[in-house]
Amino acid sequence: MAGEAGNIKVHIDNVKKTYQGKHGEVVALNGVNLDIKDNEFVTVVGPSGCGKSTLLNIIAGLLEPTSGEVICNGHKVEGTGQDRGVVFQQYALFPWLTVQKNVEFGLNMKGIKGEEAESIAMKYIKMVDLEKFRNHYPKELSGGMKQRVAIARAYAANPEVLLMDEPFGALDAQTRTQLQQELLDTWEKEMKTCFFITHDVDEALILGERVVIMSARPGRIKDIVVNDIPYPRNQETKMSPRFLELKNQIWAQVYQEYLEIKK
Amino acid sequence: MAEKKKEGKLSEKAKSRIWLLLSFLAAVALWTFLSVLPQTARSFPNIFVTLGQIPVVIERGILWKDLSSSLISVGAGYALGFVIALPTAILMAWYRPVRNIIEPWIQFIRNIPPLAYVPLIVIAAGVGRRPQIIVITIATFLIMCITMYQGIINIDETLIKAARVLGAKDKDIFLRVLAPASLPFILTAVRLGASVALTTLIAAESTGAFAGLGMRIRSFNNNFETAPMLLYIIIIGVIGITIEKIIKLMERKLTGWQEKREI
Repeated sequence: MAGEAGNIKVHIDNVKKTYQGKHGEVVALNGVNLDIKDNEFVTVVGPSGCGKSTLLNIIAGLLEPTSGEVICNGHKVEGTGQDRGVVFQQYALFPWLTVQKNVEFGLNMKGIKGEEAESIAMKYIKMVDLEKFRNHYPKELSGGMKQRVAIARAYAANPEVLLMDEPFGALDAQTRTQLQQELLDTWEKEMKTCFFITHDVDEALILGERVVIMSARPGRIKDIVVNDIPYPRNQETKMSPRFLELKNQIWAQVYQEYLEIKK
Repeated sequence: MAEKKKEGKLSEKAKSRIWLLLSFLAAVALWTFLSVLPQTARSFPNIFVTLGQIPVVIERGILWKDLSSSLISVGAGYALGFVIALPTAILMAWYRPVRNIIEPWIQFIRNIPPLAYVPLIVIAAGVGRRPQIIVITIATFLIMCITMYQGIINIDETLIKAARVLGAKDKDIFLRVLAPASLPFILTAVRLGASVALTTLIAAESTGAFAGLGMRIRSFNNNFETAPMLLYIIIIGVIGITIEKIIKLMERKLTGWQEKREI
């Protein structure tokens, strides 16, 4: 799938990002080039500190690259835009709004209000199976439910690219597996370009069509593994020989990075 | 099911009522004991003598005068303190120079008992209502400003990011994220401010006031009238707890969505 000629949705061109740290300049990202195709599911793995979150924030428009640029839909990324939605690891739900109102937030920002916003929001609340909880406040929900709301909220705003920053990182293994499956099902139903960051190789492989491996200091793309396991995938896919083969291949590279960092 | 829930709540409520009653009886017992003990008997006239002073102070025409005078000073000083504290706290949270210049002095003055600087204010503002209001304004401003500022500065940044990627403009961020997110801290500040306003009352009314609960306590003291003095002290306490209860009720109504409560 990944090799097919698709339109380039996100074009990352020679992106560099430096910070002013305590002990001088820190290079978070250097020479990052990547093309993400329309409706492609790209996952990114790498040790912490490899700049993967920085890269996501740059695509989202929350951070500016020091040099280089990101082109999304043919337009240079300058600040945030409604063509790009983000799901954060810490859920980032508005605690003073109910589930329904949280999901409606992005719609309201687009000027969609009232019944229309309500019915669109309901569609996505149903998608994540939280109809019963639509009038609940975030504090009344479990971590997994909160992240479902966050996913519904991102989908409801109808972005073309969905950026996910370790969205399941804070969840227990069982909930994580469940949400991975839900995300896959949703992606197959409502195709979207997905850019998904994780530190979990299994997660990267079960979700992505391509797995980007990043290395640290400075953060750059070390390798891109094409994941040819066909969709639909499920938990049994994790037992297949091809999965294990790819997993070993990716693990070896990621592990090498961990050792590098330890030095 | 709803009924069952209600029932459970009621018995919980009844329990806390019983504890409150027990606590009240314990206090009355201690009070009675102090009124019998020779060393403390002169300071603590028993409950009947003390409450018996209510008609006496009404007849002398001082109770309403003192009450209204104190409440006007407290109300005006407190309101003024709030009106100044809110924008100052916002400016401090947003602009580093404002914060760096103001914060050390707020921390410095906050630890000085108001009684210490009252004479300076009287010299500058004369006697009467004005210095009372100024003293209460200063004291309530300090505590409310620092509480609000610390709350606003600690607002979860990912909420702002989440709003931005959903298409929120600066105005939306202010009205729909920063305002509701700071409401709990504003209400905490309002509660702490009310308490400070009352505890500053005695200092404020040592400015040559003509009436007022604090001023009257001093004058009772000069005449060794311990029974009305104790009554007035209790009245201040009752006003304090009433205001606190009202604000707490407001907090529950307005910020019930909050994950945790601070004290």
